[in-house]
Amino acid sequence: MQIYLPIAEVSVNIFLLLGLGGIVGVLSGMFGVGGGFLMTPLLFFIGIPPAVAVATEANQIVASSFSGVLAHFRRKTVDFKMGTVLLIGGLTGAAVGVVIFNYLKAQGQVDLLVKLCYVVFLGVIGSLMFVESLNALRKSRKNATVTTTRRQRGWIQALPFKTRFRTSGLYISVLPPLVVGLFVGILSAIMGVGGGFIMVPAMIYLLGMPTKVVVGTSLFQIIFVTGFTTLLHATTNYTVDMALAVLLLVGGVIGAQIGTQIGTRLRAEQLRILLAMMVLVVCFKLALDLLIEPSELYSLGAAGGH
Amino acid sequence: MRILAFLLCMIPLLASGEEIVLGMSQDEVAITATFDGSNILVFGAIKRESSIPDGELGVIVTIAGPSKPVSVHRKERRFGIWVNTDTVEVDAAPSFYAIATSAPLDRILKDTEDLRHQISIERAIRSVGAPMTITDAPAFTDAVIRIRKSQGLYKRSENSVLVDQETLFRTSVDMPANLTEGDYFTRIFLTRDGQVVSEFETTIDVKKVGLERFLYNLSRQQPLVYGLLSLAIAILAGWLASSFFRMIRGT
Repeated sequence: MQIYLPIAEVSVNIFLLLGLGGIVGVLSGMFGVGGGFLMTPLLFFIGIPPAVAVATEANQIVASSFSGVLAHFRRKTVDFKMGTVLLIGGLTGAAVGVVIFNYLKAQGQVDLLVKLCYVVFLGVIGSLMFVESLNALRKSRKNATVTTTRRQRGWIQALPFKTRFRTSGLYISVLPPLVVGLFVGILSAIMGVGGGFIMVPAMIYLLGMPTKVVVGTSLFQIIFVTGFTTLLHATTNYTVDMALAVLLLVGGVIGAQIGTQIGTRLRAEQLRILLAMMVLVVCFKLALDLLIEPSELYSLGAAGGH
Repeated sequence: MRILAFLLCMIPLLASGEEIVLGMSQDEVAITATFDGSNILVFGAIKRESSIPDGELGVIVTIAGPSKPVSVHRKERRFGIWVNTDTVEVDAAPSFYAIATSAPLDRILKDTEDLRHQISIERAIRSVGAPMTITDAPAFTDAVIRIRKSQGLYKRSENSVLVDQETLFRTSVDMPANLTEGDYFTRIFLTRDGQVVSEFETTIDVKKVGLERFLYNLSRQQPLVYGLLSLAIAILAGWLASSFFRMIRGT
């Protein structure tokens, strides 16, 4: 059954969209990521115009993150103070990101930027996570109890404007979270992702937050950043496709709940290694597209520089 | 171009005494949520006062979607990766263009007539000036045709107009699912030995209706309301999914 998307102006199979939403939802539930980094390239692939894919995906992430954060609210694993600081950086970043996005769209380079961002970030995060989880898996085979303590954040401790984040049990400067938020905000506007796959490692390794509050806090601020991004895209580019978003999020929220169930049955190291491999596969595919001579050298865009 | 086309219409074409009488299965295409393409039947008759004149008869049907400027980007290898380097703005290219003929186009239409009436796909696209740095501007126009052909938006189907007794003709044109809105300019040409002897014009109104219309208008006229509504739906769906699954697990 085909459905005509009013904003994207293409006709796509309704079950394909529900299925895509579902599969990405399962993965995002398993790994605790928004899934945007998988969904956006998949949307490009099925023929949704990139600008519409990026804007609509931001809207869908609001739904999946909201669904996820509710569980964390109940468990009280959301650091609101940290989330707010990240959010201030994130909103500023999103505004900057949309400006960059629109500028490059006018230059005809937006596809390149989006793809390059994907290749670089997926490549770096994927490799780091792969190596780290492989080591963790090896260690856990040797002796079952491994305690890793990361307390050497030297230069970060020396920064001014220190404040106490009670839920995270941290006493650090507000500058690092602001910068991390800003950076993820820019990426979320350009790449159409929540930025969870960058935010989560940054919170653990850079800010030293305890893992149990990381996912909830990340989701908390992602809701607002992607919500803001959605509004910006809707008002400046008119590229949010509500019909597409609804179909994706119906599949997505159901898939996410199933994914969470699967996730609880696997070991953390195994999960991380699977996620790392998936990230690397997507990265490899996108890199290949940039490196191999395309069969069609020409592409069409809306003219007029807007 | 409109003015030119208008003037051309004023030139009397009825010297040979043949005239087109047209019927169409529909003069409106409604894009609904489940729109999956459409098929338009174009049929008609050739009205004449005298006996059938000599010369090979040709019937050409063209349907053109709204013309818009298109920027065409070309990729080149820079620093090992393929990036868009050259851009040419094609001034007007129809979003959809179908041409159906009763015989191979070059047999029933002279090049000068094609130039005057802009019948073939190549002629229907207008590209005035490319930047000075681009030496092969026609390659960009060709690319528009090639890409849109592969998307099913441009098509040329020769021998698809059936002509009966040199008087009745009919053809059907498939409209793909990825149509854009607008007035689809439909023309029927009657040719004798490659010369256009009669021409008929009409429009097919392609428009979104119902929910599609509502969402599209809202997104353009009230973008903030539209954006907030999108967010509200997202939040609601997230909350519903969460509480629904909690209920299942709770019981």
